[in-house]
Amino acid sequence: MALSRPEIHAIVKERFGDGVVEDHPEARDPYIVVKPEILEDLAFFCRDEPRLRFDLLSSITGVDYPDRKMIEVIYCLDSTPSKHWLIAKVLLPRDDPRVASVEKVWRTADWHERETFDLLGVNFEGHHNLVRILCAEDWEGHPLRKDYVMPETYRGIKNVIY
Amino acid sequence: MNLDTSGNLNPDPLLKNLVFMNSVDYLVNLTRASSVWPLTFGLACCAIEMMATGASKYDIDRFGSGPFRATPRQSDLMIVAGTVTHKMAPRVKRLYDQMPEPKYVIAMGGCVIRGGPYVKYGYHVLKGVDLIVPVDVYVPGCPPRPEALLEALFKVQKLMKREKIVDRTRRTTKPEVYQPV
Repeated sequence: MALSRPEIHAIVKERFGDGVVEDHPEARDPYIVVKPEILEDLAFFCRDEPRLRFDLLSSITGVDYPDRKMIEVIYCLDSTPSKHWLIAKVLLPRDDPRVASVEKVWRTADWHERETFDLLGVNFEGHHNLVRILCAEDWEGHPLRKDYVMPETYRGIKNVIY
Repeated sequence: MNLDTSGNLNPDPLLKNLVFMNSVDYLVNLTRASSVWPLTFGLACCAIEMMATGASKYDIDRFGSGPFRATPRQSDLMIVAGTVTHKMAPRVKRLYDQMPEPKYVIAMGGCVIRGGPYVKYGYHVLKGVDLIVPVDVYVPGCPPRPEALLEALFKVQKLMKREKIVDRTRRTTKPEVYQPV
């Protein structure tokens, strides 16, 4: 049975209490912000709890906030049997962003986490093969960070022409 | 051999309509230009137009260029159709190096010519495939229409007819700026 977003948030808060830092059921696209420490437990709970049954991880993505010195990692969960969904976010310090990998929970997290690592430099601890997925192996820097500077040359080829 | 007074070859009247005399260059280039085998090379959305050029409506086969080969060793034309990223660039260069001479390159679309929409902020896009391989014909467009690609093929065929079998120095190869790992 599909649950509304406030109902899902209430179930999560009932289980994790203070682990849920912020709850925004009134937002246009409702989301919760959780502590990085509980993320792995939250993932297992969301997948295995019979009322939630989030069997599909739609995406993992990230946003860089240089003014708040934070990097936000966003998990979009879907439930194919119950047809409801949840957005969970974690806020990580920008200078050392690290969070537990959810690869053990959803296999699809493997490539999503590699992408977030590649473009934003988030370290997913426990990932079995955290290497770049989109940029070339010897690329330097993380391009979706706001302070990223485009390389002048790459392997001796001019990259900036205007 | 039957020569006339000015030294020209004067074939037997019976053979006159059967024998065709020309230079070896002409014959070799005619056969070469009439069966251009392009390398299957779809990198992005331009490849859709390249496929449309090969399909029945535009039918590149009419001009002898139908068989898109899946190996560089059997191709003599590389149609670079789509954005070349820095990650793809060493592969493009390697495929080009594996093609037998004489070989030709068509740069299809804005991205391949000079980076297209990625020219200023596309950190990952090669700013023109001519930075790594010599290009013979540029086809602008985003993506170019099949007619434009056919026109480029005709230009390549014209270039092929200028080839000399004894002198292969027409092509000025670029210095090896790119070292694939």
